[in-house]
Amino acid sequence: MQRIVTLVAGRTLFWLAIAFFVIVCAFPFYWMVIVSLKENSDLYNVTNIPFWFTEPPTLEHFRYLFEQTLFGRWLLNSLIIGVCVTAITLVTAVPAGYSLARMTGRAGETLGIGIFLTYLVPPSLLFLPLSRIVADLGLQNSMWSLVLVYPTFTIPFSTWLLMGFFKAMPPEIEEAAIVDGCSLFGAFVRMTIPLSVPAILTAVIFTFTLTLQEFVYALTFVSSSAQKPVTLGVVTDLIRGDVFYWGELMGGALIASVPVGIAYNIFLDRFIAGITGGAVK
Amino acid sequence: MVSIAEPIAKPASRFRFILDRRDVLGAIFMAPAILYVLLLVGLPFLLAMYYSVSAYTLYNPTWRFVGLANFVDVVNNPTFLRTLGNTFLFTFASNFLGLVMGKFGAFLLLQPFPGRKIVRALVILPWAVPIALATIAWEWIFDSLYSVVNWTLIALGIVTRPEAPNWLGTPELAMLCIIIINAWRFFPFAIVIFLAGITAVPQDIIDAATVDGAGFWRRNYQIIVPMILPIVAIGLIFGIVFTFTDLSIVFLLTNGGPAGATSVLGFQGFQVGIASGDVAHGAAISLFMLPVLLIVVIAMLRFIRRREI
Repeated sequence: MQRIVTLVAGRTLFWLAIAFFVIVCAFPFYWMVIVSLKENSDLYNVTNIPFWFTEPPTLEHFRYLFEQTLFGRWLLNSLIIGVCVTAITLVTAVPAGYSLARMTGRAGETLGIGIFLTYLVPPSLLFLPLSRIVADLGLQNSMWSLVLVYPTFTIPFSTWLLMGFFKAMPPEIEEAAIVDGCSLFGAFVRMTIPLSVPAILTAVIFTFTLTLQEFVYALTFVSSSAQKPVTLGVVTDLIRGDVFYWGELMGGALIASVPVGIAYNIFLDRFIAGITGGAVK
Repeated sequence: MVSIAEPIAKPASRFRFILDRRDVLGAIFMAPAILYVLLLVGLPFLLAMYYSVSAYTLYNPTWRFVGLANFVDVVNNPTFLRTLGNTFLFTFASNFLGLVMGKFGAFLLLQPFPGRKIVRALVILPWAVPIALATIAWEWIFDSLYSVVNWTLIALGIVTRPEAPNWLGTPELAMLCIIIINAWRFFPFAIVIFLAGITAVPQDIIDAATVDGAGFWRRNYQIIVPMILPIVAIGLIFGIVFTFTDLSIVFLLTNGGPAGATSVLGFQGFQVGIASGDVAHGAAISLFMLPVLLIVVIAMLRFIRRREI
């Protein structure tokens, strides 16, 4: 009897702890869903229960978001920025990661750590000089400034990630190709790249999500509404003076959050393998 | 795959020769990444250093050298000392909280239970989602009038509406809010790091310890924790760097207020350097992050090296 009581108490505590974590993590997102679907008269009535609908739910906020604001444009901007930054990152980081894993030996190790450390140089230290550089290049107030600047953190990040993957690949595959007459370069292009498509895809996903998460550079360089990426547009343009468009804010935040949340979950295990692979060798 | 079987005709050109030298090709492969980083991280970094000893403003872009005058101005400003204190409090409190919750969460997620995958997916969300967007949700949760936290407290009869706390309008509570939000954002990453570390500990070591009579706590704190320490340390270093230099939570949630109570270094640098256009003083403020960053970088190098041995 004593044992059963302890067991039941233990299971209950366990599930309570799980419930606590899930509520803490997911509540703000549940909140976005509820608020973005509520009538304003329901939302701004403190006597109504906030956790559920007192009046029937409405799509009014989403309609406003797409018809009366530049939300669609911001989504498109984010997509363009993400695709361009990812392209720049791949072209530079795939060879760099491979070089660090295979070709540069001892010096490469130091170089690799150096590249990685630049990932730790924060935007809040660089935004002042970079805003001057962006202005000198005539890119101020344009989303192309972000295409130029975002690779400063996506290249170090992806190089490190890819280096971890390349180190984990058996070198015999390329050696066999070289023995069969491929050049070193040929072995990289014909053997390594096709075999590391999953790793490259992981780098693509995380590069893309890093561009979506960035806020400081976007805030500093871009002020005209039509050029903003979605993260910046939602949090700056849906607040007019003291008026917060809460339903639209939550709806916009929700739409922009969902794809990132899903992508992280799908690629999390590969991400861990890459990060720790780079650290462990 | 066909290319393996059929020997490719070798054009004996000079170009081909270069592509076959491992060190040359290695350098060529590295060059674009290094150039990009040097031009857009290294150069701006030096420029930031120069701004901090010049009289450069947005309205009067001069390169006149003023020595350490900007730093003296900054340090003599009492608001700045408060900002510096806030930054340390914000960083260490939220990382400590995040780490404790991360350890606890990882311990829970290691147990097998039905629905574990879904729970993990939900727990990852705060780390994945853009922090600017999540902060907006938190701003509504802590709203002065429509706060759902206050609604719940009132419904449970803990407080009455007139005495309900104004979360973002009271200095101590506003600080607590930004700490909680940052810990909330950081702890899923801590869970991921702990899980990666713990699952990498070989099971036979744990079994051997169990056979030798080690109980749950000893296994946990004398075997697992020391073994995963390097990877946890690297995770923590990330947490510290990104929190210490962050400005988005403060910018969106409290705008440094009330009355400077939540102003942090990154935010202050932005306000002075971009919003007020006083680039020189803004750069000087931002550069106060550098000593902490350097300490962290040295710690990181030591951990990486120790891991390699």
